[in-house]
Amino acid sequence: MIELVNIHRDFRVGDQTVHALDDVTLTIQAGEYVSIMGPSGSGKSTLLNLLGLLDRPTAGTYHLNGQDVTSLDDLQQARVRNREIGFVFQMFHLVPRLTAAENIALPLLLAGVPAEQRIPRVEKVLEELNIADRGHHKPDQLSGGQRQRVAIARATVTEPEVLLADEPTGNLDHRSGQDVVRILEGLNKRGITLIMVTHDPEMGQRARRQLHMMDGQLAIDNGSA
Amino acid sequence: MALHSTDIARFSWGALRGYPARTLLMLLAMAIGVGAVVILTALGDGARRYVLDEFAGLGTNLVIIFPGRSETTGIDPSAMMGETTRDLTLDDAKALLRSARVKRIAPINVGQVEVSHGSRSREVVVLGSNDDLLGIRHWQMGQGKFLPKMDIGRAASLVVIGKTIRDELFGAERALGEWIRLGDRRFRVIGVMGSEGRSIGVDVQETVIIPVASAQQMFNTSSLFRILVEAKNREAIEPVKQMVIDVLQKRHQGEKDVTVVTQDAVLSTFDDILGALTYAVSGIAAISLAVAGILIMNVMLVAISERTAEIGLLKALGASRGQILRLILAEATLLSALGGLCGLGLGQLGCWIIRQAFPVLPAYAPTWVIVSVFALALFTGLLFSLLPARHAARLDPVLALSGR
Repeated sequence: MIELVNIHRDFRVGDQTVHALDDVTLTIQAGEYVSIMGPSGSGKSTLLNLLGLLDRPTAGTYHLNGQDVTSLDDLQQARVRNREIGFVFQMFHLVPRLTAAENIALPLLLAGVPAEQRIPRVEKVLEELNIADRGHHKPDQLSGGQRQRVAIARATVTEPEVLLADEPTGNLDHRSGQDVVRILEGLNKRGITLIMVTHDPEMGQRARRQLHMMDGQLAIDNGSA
Repeated sequence: MALHSTDIARFSWGALRGYPARTLLMLLAMAIGVGAVVILTALGDGARRYVLDEFAGLGTNLVIIFPGRSETTGIDPSAMMGETTRDLTLDDAKALLRSARVKRIAPINVGQVEVSHGSRSREVVVLGSNDDLLGIRHWQMGQGKFLPKMDIGRAASLVVIGKTIRDELFGAERALGEWIRLGDRRFRVIGVMGSEGRSIGVDVQETVIIPVASAQQMFNTSSLFRILVEAKNREAIEPVKQMVIDVLQKRHQGEKDVTVVTQDAVLSTFDDILGALTYAVSGIAAISLAVAGILIMNVMLVAISERTAEIGLLKALGASRGQILRLILAEATLLSALGGLCGLGLGQLGCWIIRQAFPVLPAYAPTWVIVSVFALALFTGLLFSLLPARHAARLDPVLALSGR
């Protein structure tokens, strides 16, 4: 469960202070499917980064599964990111020199899982995402849809509770995009909390709960639990 | 969350291989730095050894005895003139030979006399000595034999002549076994000195060597010019010097009327100077290592800004700052180690080329240099990558990931 209370995030741009997040209070239950929408600059990416512990709030508290994660140090936050949060990015962010399987194994490698234990886990997610035959390919030998599947496999290989997707279809054609969304929704049905940032209303409508951001504030929350 | 070292190594290796141009550039910089240190140290040390070898040509572990005192301490007017009341004699030389620490002794007498063969004649320096002189001075024979081993008190009409003398007196004729005239005495030529026999101060090729007793008769004197004493080894030099002083003082009725010089003192001075020179040259070469380090730092910084997204990604996937730091440092260490090894290879190759070009110069890098320059390369690489690594560890993952 995610609990944000009175979260502020300010940036200084020149001599002006920009309130990227302005007093956001939000609770997301485990297993929810949430989309975050809003115009660019509305703070939706900032919110996602904050949820993913890539950014720290200026003020406010963030509890993840009952634990106050804002007060954790770098190492502890890194551990939480590794175990409990998966990221899927618009730009895929695969390491070009590593094969698909090596990319997927990265979070396990960082967690110190021995190589022989990594292999079956990587094979399992490759199977689940129907890219078992692409394991030895480098990213530049894969199509956009396949790359995003590899990215999703990497995000889920540690079996996190929360999956954060930042415009996951933004760089894909319509069919591949649909494909990726179906995969993410399938993961959500199996219990993962899916939080997706998108500016595509059609994509956003699919979520059971939709958040609209405006000027750093939650303008609409149509599925408040 | 501990990264396994094999994983670190494999990841770093992959990162290096992923950017071959950059990796080669940094390897080259490191290799040139290390190679320069190896080659310049080898040159410096080679020069040092060359000079020491030249000095060894004068004789090694040598204790040289002069008659007379070098310092004027008494009121005796003859002492102030640098003369001695008592000469060095052949009996003095014999007395010194009894010490177990003494390997060889050569008494020396010097004079100038006219040498002639047939119608040709010239002035020549005559050295009176014994069979040990050849070994003490590391001379080589050209033809025939040196003076035979015999009692130093015995005169004999045998002479060993320098090559120049041989050429001037005999021309193309055979010299060995021939008789030559020195002053008013006749001597039989038993040997000709080899052409290498040149040592500082004395040109052996311009001298003739006869038994010391014969020289004393020829110059009508019972005194000696020098006594050369060769100690058994380096450690024995000081005891031998002390022994010489004691024995001669006893024999000269308690007078300290000889000067004893060890060649060691001269040698160690040269050793020190050339050693210092080697250090200086290697120090200068080590600057090129620092330059290599700075290049590594710059290239690593560029590499990191090119790989911002990758570092941001690793953070998103759960890499702590410490892990990022370790990955970058591992990469730098791997690079420095490889560059260092290439540099050692380059350096050895350079030394080999120098030895081929200048065979007299023993251009070998000392082992301690090879070990320490490699350690220095690793240290430099690590030191100069600390800044880029810290920079990478502090990268804001948000900015890193959005850097499109």
